[in-house]
Amino acid sequence: MQLKRLTPQRLYILIGYAVAATALFCAPLYLSDFRLNLLAKFLAFAIVALGLDLIWGYTGILSLGHGVFFGLGAYAMGMYLKLEASGTSLPDFMGWSGIKALPWFWKPFESFAFAAAAGILLPALLALGLGYFTFRNRIKGVYFTILTQALVIITTTLIIGQQAFTGGTNGLTGFRTIFGESLGSADTKRMLYWVTAAALLGAFVLCRFLVKSRFGRVLRAIRDGENRARFIGYNPAIYQMLVFSISAGLAGLAGMLFVFHVGIISPSTMAIVPSIEMVLWVAIGGRGTLIGAALGAILLNYAKSEFSASYPDAWLFFLGALFVVVVVFLPKGAVGLFGKLKIPQRRQSKHEQEPIGHSAV
Amino acid sequence: MSKNQSVILQCEAVTVEFDGFKAVQGMDLALQQGELRFLIGPNGAGKTTILDVICGKVKPSSGKVTFQGAVDITRRKEHQIAEMGIGRKFQAPSIFPTLTVFENLEIAMRQRRGVFATLVAKLKPEEQERIEAQLKMIGLQDKAQWRAGGLSHGEKQWLEIGMMLLQEPEVLLLDEPVAGMTDKETDKTGELLHEIARRRSIVVVEHDMEFVRNFASKVTVMHEGKLLKEGSMDEIQGDDRVAEVYLGKRRDADVSRSTA
Repeated sequence: MQLKRLTPQRLYILIGYAVAATALFCAPLYLSDFRLNLLAKFLAFAIVALGLDLIWGYTGILSLGHGVFFGLGAYAMGMYLKLEASGTSLPDFMGWSGIKALPWFWKPFESFAFAAAAGILLPALLALGLGYFTFRNRIKGVYFTILTQALVIITTTLIIGQQAFTGGTNGLTGFRTIFGESLGSADTKRMLYWVTAAALLGAFVLCRFLVKSRFGRVLRAIRDGENRARFIGYNPAIYQMLVFSISAGLAGLAGMLFVFHVGIISPSTMAIVPSIEMVLWVAIGGRGTLIGAALGAILLNYAKSEFSASYPDAWLFFLGALFVVVVVFLPKGAVGLFGKLKIPQRRQSKHEQEPIGHSAV
Repeated sequence: MSKNQSVILQCEAVTVEFDGFKAVQGMDLALQQGELRFLIGPNGAGKTTILDVICGKVKPSSGKVTFQGAVDITRRKEHQIAEMGIGRKFQAPSIFPTLTVFENLEIAMRQRRGVFATLVAKLKPEEQERIEAQLKMIGLQDKAQWRAGGLSHGEKQWLEIGMMLLQEPEVLLLDEPVAGMTDKETDKTGELLHEIARRRSIVVVEHDMEFVRNFASKVTVMHEGKLLKEGSMDEIQGDDRVAEVYLGKRRDADVSRSTA
């Protein structure tokens, strides 16, 4: 069964992926600059959703703190962009707070390579550290989730409190250029869109590799029965730490891309409500399926931008109602709906197998 | 450290306390290589607890457990003990319900368990053959692609036994493998056990006396956390103390099948 045969079903899936990838990369041809920019932002969100799905959908650990990892990535890139925009002088908000010299931890962010690496590694290492203290001590379920919320509060409070070094509530903004190219120009935006689309594709391929490997089966085994996995000889804590860390790294990557497209990062973007919204994308799109999580993020954010333009107050009610509907009727999310349509056939074939039953040893 | 070279697992004066209550008090148990041992006793005798100690789920307050004559395993973690070669099957069937039957067996199979090993693991042809042979042995070859959660209770038990066999432990700890099974399923499980006992050492906790009697093997009776009697089924049944604490109370239940 492990042999990859090109069954019609597999062919359709491959064609589906090809069409989706083509549509993604050709989007600049048929979307206005404004729409393209929005789509780019949604694609960045889809990367967060993929990472969340790895830890929640496949490993069964709910993190309500991914806003922090997203925010750390965004701040890392924001610091680079801010320094590039400020040229030889200090970032403006530092001057307002009476700081005379660039703080030591800002210095390395003059390098793009450092900022890009930090944007992924900082969140990944933070998650690894948090995971080390929680998973190794078998803290899980709702207790872990509450800890991730605490992480959000600590981080946002810290950033707001250290206004002189972080820009406080206003966050970092006023970016101008990247590699000397204006961030506002259509050409740059298009290039950044392609970078984001490529990052999403890369993240998707990475996650797909992870969940399709034996590693992924062990993750699902840990989700189904952590203790059982332990008595087979797997150490669940190591697996959980690694997945949490990868998931956080992906959120950091998404945060960096977000900054390119939106041009601002502030603590409100990484606070509790956005963190929970990220989970909703995955829940509504379909957890435990990568495509569901990614589509959930893109479509819900599209709906949000359309809907909240006309009825700004109603959006949250709509999102809440959608969540309730999905939890009650579609535990596997919107993608699960397609699965449901297929199941009757499969059940039938199972019943046909049943009489063959079990032969004696 | 062991007195006998062929002793594979030895519990010495193991005591387990839960909030002051002594579930196991100074229990000794020596398992020979290739032995099939039944562990019986009334409810609360500490049978399951002693299995928990051996597999690392419960840490004893005193005493030690040596595996293969040398290592004291009471300070090791569960997954380390499992990797050393002690497999555990719990009373309730615990398989991975959202994985297929095949996938359950695949991850249980003896292999390196680290994250990087599983990331690059590919199913080798000989592994595929071993899993298929195992599927045949447990009678699930037609259901390899089923989600394990959809199997019947008996099938889940067999799947779990199959997983344990692919894990290739030196010592297998089974907790009431026939509880809740139909007569037919019980018979088949008995056959499986005979098959397994040829190559491995097994400790079985069992309530079903009729089932135990089918095996001509040594029986250990526990009572209130202590060793009461060890011997053949006939010796056990002839013992007055055993009759008093266990068989006496259950003479009626003894005839019909009893599970707890």
